[in-house]
Amino acid sequence: MEIRPIVSSLKKHRIPTLLIVLQIALACAVLCNAVFMISGRVKQMRLSNAMDEQGLVSVSLQGTDPKLIGSDTQRNLAALRSIAGVQAVSVVHTLPLTNNNWGWSFGITPDSSVTDQKNTNVTLYFVGQDFQSAMGLQLREGRYFNDSEYVDNAINNAALPNTHVVIITDALSKQLWPGQSALGKTLYSKPNYYTVVGVVADVLRPRLWTSNESKSYYNAFFPVGADDVMRNYVLRSTPADRDRVLQQAVEKLQATSPQAVVKGATFQSIRDKYYADTNSMVWILVLVCAVMLAVTAFGIVGLTSFWVGQRRRQIGIRRAVGATRADILNYFRTENFLLSSAGVVLGMVMAYGVNLYLMKQYELDRMPWYYLPFGALALWLIGQVAVSGPAMRAAAVPPVVATQPT
Amino acid sequence: MLGYYLDLAVRSLRRNKILTALMIVTLALGIGASITTLTVLKLLSGDPLPEKSANLFYARVDPNPLEGYVPGQTKPDSIMSYTDAMNLMHAHRAVRQAAMALIDAKIDTQHPNDHPYFADGVMTTADFFALFNAPFQYGSGWTADDDESRATLVVIADFLNNKMFGGANSVGKTIRIDDRDFRIVGVLKHWAPQPRFYATDLGGHDYGDGDAVFMPLKTARSLDKGPQDTECYASVSDLQHLESAPCEWLGMWVQLDDSTAVANYRMFLDGYAKQQVALGRFKRSETSLLDLMSWLSDQQVVPNDAKLQTYLAFGFLLICVVNTVGLLLAKCLRRSREIGVRRALGATRRDIFTQFMVEAAIVGVAGGVLGLVLAVLGLWGVRHQPAQYASLAHLDVEMFLVTFAVALVASLIAGLLPAWRACVVAPAPQLKAA
Repeated sequence: MEIRPIVSSLKKHRIPTLLIVLQIALACAVLCNAVFMISGRVKQMRLSNAMDEQGLVSVSLQGTDPKLIGSDTQRNLAALRSIAGVQAVSVVHTLPLTNNNWGWSFGITPDSSVTDQKNTNVTLYFVGQDFQSAMGLQLREGRYFNDSEYVDNAINNAALPNTHVVIITDALSKQLWPGQSALGKTLYSKPNYYTVVGVVADVLRPRLWTSNESKSYYNAFFPVGADDVMRNYVLRSTPADRDRVLQQAVEKLQATSPQAVVKGATFQSIRDKYYADTNSMVWILVLVCAVMLAVTAFGIVGLTSFWVGQRRRQIGIRRAVGATRADILNYFRTENFLLSSAGVVLGMVMAYGVNLYLMKQYELDRMPWYYLPFGALALWLIGQVAVSGPAMRAAAVPPVVATQPT
Repeated sequence: MLGYYLDLAVRSLRRNKILTALMIVTLALGIGASITTLTVLKLLSGDPLPEKSANLFYARVDPNPLEGYVPGQTKPDSIMSYTDAMNLMHAHRAVRQAAMALIDAKIDTQHPNDHPYFADGVMTTADFFALFNAPFQYGSGWTADDDESRATLVVIADFLNNKMFGGANSVGKTIRIDDRDFRIVGVLKHWAPQPRFYATDLGGHDYGDGDAVFMPLKTARSLDKGPQDTECYASVSDLQHLESAPCEWLGMWVQLDDSTAVANYRMFLDGYAKQQVALGRFKRSETSLLDLMSWLSDQQVVPNDAKLQTYLAFGFLLICVVNTVGLLLAKCLRRSREIGVRRALGATRRDIFTQFMVEAAIVGVAGGVLGLVLAVLGLWGVRHQPAQYASLAHLDVEMFLVTFAVALVASLIAGLLPAWRACVVAPAPQLKAA
């Protein structure tokens, strides 16, 4: 296909040409950034969580007398164990994605105190007996806690529990002791110290770090017997029994503690709630992209249709002097390809600029380069699809038009 | 003359129904999206207390250790320790001052079949209500003496009063909170500042319903109520006695009525920090005193997603306008002959220009009306989102007018280029070509 006649024809229609190019450029810039934002959010929602989430439910029991927590907890655990279909029961103070975060900072030398800048910020998970089966964790190294390690271990309104053992996640182990086994090593926060007895696969924190993926996994598990903070009962059953188990668990706890506030949730609903905002933002972005691309496509259809209408006579003449239908079709296709190309080149520059601005203003990450050709490809395709209708109509112009007065 | 142009414009628009519909829908989509996001953004970044925000200031000091401190750059923590808050309170250097933290309050419904539930609450000091202009329906707040005597009394919100007492005057009655009886001394009128500015860094939500109960700080503490958020700046072994722990958990607001008072308070605050450094309690002498709106922008209360959505919507509107320009232009170029005839018959350039601008304005108004419908739909969609602020998303009169302004400006900008191209058409070649 000869490009020269197309270019010289476009030069005669400078303003419409510029408008199409500008529209494609803007669409490309918005598309690249929107898709980048979508992918970032989807990635966050898909962060792995080494926990068996399917059959897990949690029931929180708040507002009972803290002095009775010891006997209450034993009674509640026994009541929950008696529910048919329950495979494991435990009590913990928080769960992943609940936003209930107890953070602390630890170092790896005996002189580390909580205020040390070089310490690592870690989420504390206070857990009761059999938490590993209830939560469905995966042990990577070492062991879980012995029964004796739970006895007499409490927090008692202190900042840290009075135990000396800890289980940490894989990610935290790699951060603190890269390339080494964490077993037997010690976490310090003056005057407390904790020896690592086990490493579990990466479980998410109650609240995620958007800027750094691996920080979302810095967790330390501490064995705690009865304590006022231990108010989340976790129950495991088969996924089929899950909803019934949840309902019965709530009823049982409410019956034994009528003055307490009892709230039950499946882990699935905890996850959905945590990601609800992110999820809705993703759908808004998808919707805007779809509508924007439709508008761009219709704009191309409208403008090309007029172009075709305006040039009916010229098309007729070209057909009369020997151009085939395919030639005419190709002419408009090539024209659109040239316009799209100019548009996406400008659009990629704009997309990069918008990304730079958003990086500065909203701490967004740098857009990886491959989003740019992706956006370009999308707009090329949309341009070709949009132009095919009017181009087909142009190709259908009969040569006899050349002989008719306009 | 304008009537004639309107007639011409309507005829022209009806001649190409699909194209006209395309232009109107395109413009409407752009306007609908931008008005929806703009309404949400306006709602989120609004002034929660327009009549008083200029006189309310948030005070901060910095008890952190020296490590990591860059003088003039490190910002003080956003909440305050009990010791500092009480020192500033007792100095009485502002017209009014209050320290506050958020709590969960277990409300006993007093109905045998209902279970208790948790409501949002604030533990604060006597000046809170006058400081923030919180309006009372019945009764009043408590006094500084009540603060000191740890009186078990409470101020409740209108919605809690409606639920518990059917909206009747409940002052003097008791309400059971956390398994204890509290005497109600006041019932607020509806009060839910958006954003809930006083709670932005205390661990609560920023938008949505107001708090249900307000109780004296020392009373709440004597009943072991803990704050929603606690940050410690040194090793700590006892989190129950937060009053003496090296931990921050209170927000401190003061009312300062003029610039002299602000300058004086700033000096007082700096002096306090220096004095604490001299005493060895502080290592950093940094302080901060921001007015309400500066504090909100410092805290970046408006969610980034809302801002990004607004950018996105305006980018989209720009695309829609460019699209409309292209379509109007294509249309007008096809009508060169008609323009030539009209010019030859005596129409001036200005006449042609006006004619085309009228046509564009009609598209704009139609796009605006449809855009308004889309914005109402869009806001309905926002209300069904999970965000905290969802229930607040409504179109107000101002945004209603803004919609038409945006529609008209957008369409006139879109019409400008085609109208200019139309009026510079030279009549002679067009007539000759026929």
